[in-house]
Amino acid sequence: MSELKGSGQQTSDAPTPEDAFHEAATLASREQTHAPGATPDGPVLAADGTPLKRSLNRALRMQKIRALGLIAPLLIFVLLTFIAPIADMLFRSVENQIVAETLPETVEVLADWDSDSGEPPSEAVYQAFYVDMFLAQEQKLHTRLGSRLNYEQTGMSSMFRKSGRRVGKFDTDTYTDQFTALDPSWEDPASWVAMMDNKANRAALPFTARSWDRWVAYLESEGDDPAKEDIEDFLFTTLYLDLVETGGSGTADARITSAGAATGDFETVSLTEQFADADKDWVDPEIWRVIKAFAPKYTSGYFLNAVDMQKTPDGIEARPENQQIYLMLFKRTMFMSLVITFSCILLGYPVAWILANLPSRTANLLMILVLLPFWTSLLVRTSAWKVMLQQQGVINDTLVWLGLVADDARLVMINNQFGTIVAMTHILLPFMILPLYSVMQTIPPTYLRAAKSLGATNWTAFWRVYFPQSVPGIGAGSVLVFILAIGYYITPEIVGGNTGTFISNRIAYHISSSLNWGLGAALGSILLAVVMLLYWVYDKIVGIDNVKLG
Amino acid sequence: MAALTPISRKPVSFYVPVVAVAGAIAGLFIGTAQGSGLLGAVAGAAVLAILAFAMTQFVDNEKPMRWALLALFVLGGGLLGGPAGLVLGLGFGWFFGWFIYWLYEGRYRAKLVPYLTPMQVLWHYAFRVICGAILVFLITPILVVMPLSFNAEDFFTFTPEMLRFDPAGYSLKHYRDFFTNDDWQNALRNSVMIAPVATLLSVSFGTLAAIGLSAEHVPFRRAIMAILISPMIVPLIISAAGMYFFYSRIGLQGTYFGVVLAHAALGIPFVIITVTATLVGFDRSLTRASANMGADPVTTFFKVQMPLILPGVISGGLFAFITSFDEVVVVLFVGSAGQKTLPWQMFTGLREQISPTILAVATILVVISIGLLTTVEMLRRRSERLRGMSPG
Repeated sequence: MSELKGSGQQTSDAPTPEDAFHEAATLASREQTHAPGATPDGPVLAADGTPLKRSLNRALRMQKIRALGLIAPLLIFVLLTFIAPIADMLFRSVENQIVAETLPETVEVLADWDSDSGEPPSEAVYQAFYVDMFLAQEQKLHTRLGSRLNYEQTGMSSMFRKSGRRVGKFDTDTYTDQFTALDPSWEDPASWVAMMDNKANRAALPFTARSWDRWVAYLESEGDDPAKEDIEDFLFTTLYLDLVETGGSGTADARITSAGAATGDFETVSLTEQFADADKDWVDPEIWRVIKAFAPKYTSGYFLNAVDMQKTPDGIEARPENQQIYLMLFKRTMFMSLVITFSCILLGYPVAWILANLPSRTANLLMILVLLPFWTSLLVRTSAWKVMLQQQGVINDTLVWLGLVADDARLVMINNQFGTIVAMTHILLPFMILPLYSVMQTIPPTYLRAAKSLGATNWTAFWRVYFPQSVPGIGAGSVLVFILAIGYYITPEIVGGNTGTFISNRIAYHISSSLNWGLGAALGSILLAVVMLLYWVYDKIVGIDNVKLG
Repeated sequence: MAALTPISRKPVSFYVPVVAVAGAIAGLFIGTAQGSGLLGAVAGAAVLAILAFAMTQFVDNEKPMRWALLALFVLGGGLLGGPAGLVLGLGFGWFFGWFIYWLYEGRYRAKLVPYLTPMQVLWHYAFRVICGAILVFLITPILVVMPLSFNAEDFFTFTPEMLRFDPAGYSLKHYRDFFTNDDWQNALRNSVMIAPVATLLSVSFGTLAAIGLSAEHVPFRRAIMAILISPMIVPLIISAAGMYFFYSRIGLQGTYFGVVLAHAALGIPFVIITVTATLVGFDRSLTRASANMGADPVTTFFKVQMPLILPGVISGGLFAFITSFDEVVVVLFVGSAGQKTLPWQMFTGLREQISPTILAVATILVVISIGLLTTVEMLRRRSERLRGMSPG
């Protein structure tokens, strides 16, 4: 593909409005000095009487709009089906709304807690946590939060699961009993709906109002009528807490004010103790430090994890030695991609040379040998390598038959780095040969002969004359092969075993098996950044619109 | 190239040792296979040195001698190693017959420029052998799969029966399995349902956009191009992860439609690249001429522009088709069990239950890709011929 840029003064092809525009500009400037027909400083006019400049500009604008109109459907399609998913992945690598969404009250109260005090947080935190936990376990969200926090601190998943089962059986029914003893109408959910419709009541009972709203939203999402469902213990708990706080002042509701007056004599329940009963770790300040550290809606935690660091309440630090795997995987991916790229150069260069220097009939015939693998399904080639490389495979059988290898000492060529490198070099070799070939085709063979006739040895002629001219081809091919290699998934998965896998296998693992999507997205974002950098380099070297296929 | 250098017969002291070395290498292989490498090498060298000397010095008649050598090798191979030895003997016999006279008559210099030194000649041929080896590396895996797919056993390697060319060692059972097994048939049906629709989407959008992109004045051309090409550059695993997240948000994950959209997005860069490449040679004054004669843009497009760029559109479509037909990573994430395609089935077949049916499928796919390659190649030639770029 040759140059396709919108180059201004294009006249070789056919005249365009812009050409006319340039013409007119020159003409106008000439007419400024000596214009025999037109008025000396009047503008040149088009046939319909508008100034030529304006009508040409309009034509140009129309052309631009038409071009964009043709591109727009595809652009929107790609933006929706491809760019939006990528953006979503980038977003997921930093988003961390689960803590703030599941424990909104807790997060707010916890903000005031000094995480360096070494003391567990105050009763207020446990009260807020009780409400959050109750609502979360009703919606079955607490296990999700538990597994999220488990990435940061092992053991939290089981704490959440265990406490989720217990939180409905807390001793907070004490409050329920005391309120209903005071006035049996407290048990009637319809009276709560009416009570919570009143602005003054809501202002007097802020915590209860907030919890009530969440409760109602949950019931409605389940298709239940809040006026018919029993009032749960946690609402009486918040009611009690509100009344202790405000005494019910500012409301005209007699039921609230009378209850407010009575709360002084109420028997109380310590939620700190209730949680400590459910799991003694709840009084461990360490747990609360983790929750506090991951309370913000956006976190760098996944990215830190992806580079073997972790965000602890004390700041950022490296992970323990035995948990560091991602940097190693990134290094291995880079290293193996480099090895593959170099093998491709090493194997591709001679073939490209011979293709470019043979008579075109022979070259076309040999080209088929290069293009056939290129067109063959990736899985076919990968399965072929699996067949060839395995211990009972074709290569080992041949070697044993030849007597080069003993039958009981067959070579291990698969499920390790060697297998991945061989298979991927084979798979990516056409991507190196094709750009090299197209560059080498343009190098005149006479240059080499000229160098030799001037006294250069074979090697000097090649190294000083031919090779420098083929460097753009090497650059284009290498970047292409490297970009493709670095993100490979299928081949390492099948022939890579444990030591030959790439970072992409880990990404797939986190997305489909461990379900740690955030970490998978963060690893993916880092990989994407590397690829985009290389894409930019490739664009500089080759130009994206000069990509050739076949 | 005609003969550049006058050729002459070479002295015995040159070609007999060279043939002996080649014979030693061949003998080494056969010898190690039979138990003693050293003996094989010595015997091979001796036999070939004598043969070469006898064939060139006592009789001066090339053709019958080459046939005689071929017959000798085939007979020897057949007696020593059965049918496999027969084939091996055929190959060796033909090669040595050619090789002896190639050296003896000095034919190896005929096509080279006269001023080359012997070392340069040697390098010339050594280089060709290296290139040949690399091409063999490229093609072998594909060639190995084909005969193995006719294996009568459930092995991934050649059985002794196959090597003896025993008909009992071959069977079509893996093909039968492919055509009768529901898993494979479902996978085939899914592939056939997904790929054409995805191709249609990417070709129709892609061709329009390529036409827009090759107009003279396109604002942000580079940026738009970068976005449109990006599905080809971004690693598949990242596209797959992103699509998995995003499509499950909007309820497309695990649906037929979701897979089609994802595959269409992946095929678009190929359509854009091939169609813009074809449009470079498109003479724009044709559309103006057509407009001049009163054709509206739609008529102009279908009657004037489309027939001329059709080869590019079709080969872009074939690229998009093969992309979708071959694709496994994205469908693995975006699809559900109901969208299991052929590559997906192969992938699970390779990873979990290793079944040789894969080899039969692989052979079928290779045949399909040979067909596609031929089509694309023919289209490319036709389009170049139309543009007057190539004489052939």
